[in-house]
Amino acid sequence: MDRHLLSAADLSRDDAALVLDTAEEMRSVADRPIKKLPTLRGRTVVNLFFEDSTRTRISFEVAAKRLSADTINFTAKGSSLSKGESLKDTALTLQAIGADAVVVRHHDSGAPHRLAHAGWIDGSVVNAGDGTHEHPTQALLDAFTMRRHLGDLKGRRIVIVGDVLHSRVARSNALLLSTLGADVSLVGPPTLLPVGVESWPVEVGYDLDQALAKCDAVMMLRVQKERMNASYFPSAREYARRYGLDARRMALLPEHAVVLHPGPMNRGMEITADVADAARSLIVEQVTNGVAIRMAVLYLLLSGTPLPSPDTDLEGSR
Amino acid sequence: MTAPTAQDSSAAYVIRGAQPLGGDPVDLLLRDGRIAGIGSGLEAADAAVVDADGLVALPGLVDLHTHLREPGREDAETVASGTAAAALGGFTAVHAMANTDPVADTAGVVEQVWNLGREAGHCDVHPVGAVTVGLLGERLAELGAMADSAARVRMFSDDGKCVSDAVLMRRALEYVKAFDGVVAQHAQEPRLTEGAQMNEGELSGVLGLTGWPAVAEEAIIARDALLTGHVGSRLHVCHVSTAGSVEIVRWAKQKGWNITAEVTPHHLLLTDELAATYDPIFKVNPPLRTAADVEALRGALADGTIDVVATDHAPHPVEDKECEWAAAAFGMLGLETALSIVQNTMVDPGRLDWAGVADRMSARPARIGRIEGQGRRLAEGEIANLVLYDSTVTRSVDPTESASLSRNTPYAGRELPGRVVATFLRGRPTVLDGKLA
Amino acid sequence: MAAVHPAIGRVVLDERDIARALTRISHEILERNRGASDLVLLGIPTRGVPLAERLAARIREVEGEPVPYGSLDITPYRDDLRLRPARALEHTDIPVDGVEGKVVVLVDDVLFSGRTIRAALDALNDLGRPTAIQLAVLVDRGHRELPIRADFVGKNLPTSVVEHVRLALMEVDGRDEVVIADRTRETEQ
Repeated sequence: MDRHLLSAADLSRDDAALVLDTAEEMRSVADRPIKKLPTLRGRTVVNLFFEDSTRTRISFEVAAKRLSADTINFTAKGSSLSKGESLKDTALTLQAIGADAVVVRHHDSGAPHRLAHAGWIDGSVVNAGDGTHEHPTQALLDAFTMRRHLGDLKGRRIVIVGDVLHSRVARSNALLLSTLGADVSLVGPPTLLPVGVESWPVEVGYDLDQALAKCDAVMMLRVQKERMNASYFPSAREYARRYGLDARRMALLPEHAVVLHPGPMNRGMEITADVADAARSLIVEQVTNGVAIRMAVLYLLLSGTPLPSPDTDLEGSR
Repeated sequence: MTAPTAQDSSAAYVIRGAQPLGGDPVDLLLRDGRIAGIGSGLEAADAAVVDADGLVALPGLVDLHTHLREPGREDAETVASGTAAAALGGFTAVHAMANTDPVADTAGVVEQVWNLGREAGHCDVHPVGAVTVGLLGERLAELGAMADSAARVRMFSDDGKCVSDAVLMRRALEYVKAFDGVVAQHAQEPRLTEGAQMNEGELSGVLGLTGWPAVAEEAIIARDALLTGHVGSRLHVCHVSTAGSVEIVRWAKQKGWNITAEVTPHHLLLTDELAATYDPIFKVNPPLRTAADVEALRGALADGTIDVVATDHAPHPVEDKECEWAAAAFGMLGLETALSIVQNTMVDPGRLDWAGVADRMSARPARIGRIEGQGRRLAEGEIANLVLYDSTVTRSVDPTESASLSRNTPYAGRELPGRVVATFLRGRPTVLDGKLA
Repeated sequence: MAAVHPAIGRVVLDERDIARALTRISHEILERNRGASDLVLLGIPTRGVPLAERLAARIREVEGEPVPYGSLDITPYRDDLRLRPARALEHTDIPVDGVEGKVVVLVDDVLFSGRTIRAALDALNDLGRPTAIQLAVLVDRGHRELPIRADFVGKNLPTSVVEHVRLALMEVDGRDEVVIADRTRETEQ
């Protein structure tokens, strides 16, 4: 693995398998009387969250603490109007503190990439979600969850449904699942599929019923009602009717197939309550697995000797 | 070489052994602001000698598209610093875009900018007047007053923004006919580009950056070309960036309509792949496009479908570029590297010769801007605006060496060919030996 | 998983030696603890695990009762993690009744510096409070760097620090033998 985890594409098949296997072992720490390993004692992990996300932040915080790392939470109020002073100056402060890892969530795509490559900090950067770009630990915990129920994901058919255009979860999942050998299909209205999606390692379709009939797992993406004001779809009702997962559609699924959702859910929009609460829904388990995955990521990034800096040849191309 | 005071424009110069438009070496005698003689073995007792052995001589370059930022953003650039950079790039005239603060939409502001240019003395500044008041796209600015002012504005542009309202664009095209003006359009349909960050294509989808589709540029150019033909006016298309736009310009010219177009140096060289670094040094409007677009632009500049190279020099302070992509300003520096990039992308590969460079970077821009004293031939009797350029050296671009107050050049660390050795503005050197005179 | 190259050293224990040693150790464990009640065998991965399983099988034969056994990965507790890139974790499998109030017998293949066992003690500490912790090793090769000693030893093998002691086990390597090799000659895996 290299020093930063910015994109699911950073992980080779072996890297991904290593994270998942490590997470399997980390999972059992949650069942022990002392939910701690001493491994990252003396390391400092900073949660740098420019975007509100209590759940993800807590997940990373618990993960770091379970590895005995010191954690610092930095919730910076950075709107897209307030300039990079926020990012750069914050980074310099973290460097002064001596952060070994910075877990960053930001509303702008590419912010973790800048943090990792601008030369402001020495530590590892973990992308906890950047704009509409990626959310690699989410994809890892999704793959981990699916693997626990479906076994090896090679050849498995996974359907991802919804607002792919604006979804960092969709991007990371599409990349990671195809690295793991799964067959990924994206389903949604054409307005919510990005230009150029044909070049992704996925199939694309507009018909949800057809896709559900032969899948092993379906992942519903959150769709914001407000998108209808920008004419991505005419109304919430039409969206739910054409692309929502309700009880009728759930019955179309093969018996072993499972349902996932990265959360937070828009109950009634992309998913109904009875589906969210059904036995085959792994939504709660996804959250639990998030801690184990994040423990695995922090362990692999920080427990050994400092990892090599990734090639900066992109910067040197000018 | 000996050099009398740079400000002394009555001084005479003998330029020894220059190659006009890359041709055979000759000497040029400059006196009283004109080329007093061309030949070999020229002597003049009162003249300082400038050794131009191996140097190409070109008419002084004319930029139709520069942002000097003054008034309002003097933290990024001033007329003095911007024109200094221009002179170092071989320019003897620049057109200063109107998106200053206050906007150059009145005679008062354009005259202020024009005066600042004269005071600095590095090159001529021709202010561009805004098309609409405040660049708001609601009503016409006082185009006539600006045309009649001391600045004698002939080019009008809301650059930075698009005159997207079709009726307003029609009116502007019609109105400027009265004083032989030209409307320079920044072609960008605003509704198709809300929040846009980079070229819309495969890469924008992968990077999670909102796309700026080519159609948003092409649709406006097509509409404006049709309007121009319909009302019989002049249109200049700023910073053409796509192959589709090239085709539309070509079609419009075939129709006989009075359309001219410009391309920036960065669009001749750089592609959207650089956005994968998420380094906003590569963020620009219109965005960097694909390799196919770059190739189409080079071909169009070579065959004259694109008339001029214009830098769109856009200085920004460090904090507007050292941040996350979406928060960063759009724009790149361009004055000091323009000629090198044209050499690199057009001359060295044999697509344009030095005569062609003189045409695209001096003669045609001067004609479009209706500037009498610029873009002239290197001939006896002509006004002595010229640049001496060493095409044989290679240099590594160092942003800290720029005369601009800003540092946002996308070429930092890149090796580029050529360097401007001397620039003469009406017979007076503004640059000698590669430094400000 | 590092397999031992055949014929790169001298065999100091062959298949039958190992079998006899394990049988003796299992009897010693029972003798010392007066039977198998409250006993838990935890093997330290990798090769401590099949050893623990074999000991459990022998104990079961003798006592007629199954004795719980499992594995204890000590990787997160190592004191040398920062000297190498991050190590893959091994599997931890603690029997369902845990270690609280039990006599835990740690099982490992080779006892050397003692650091692995120190880590195992720390790991056990986080899992509960055993009544006692004992250590069974197949080979004790000396050169302790910490005050750690084994309760049950298959064979004492004086070695020099430059030598490698390698255990091959049927479950992992396809054969049973203990080999001593010169460190410089062997390919580091």
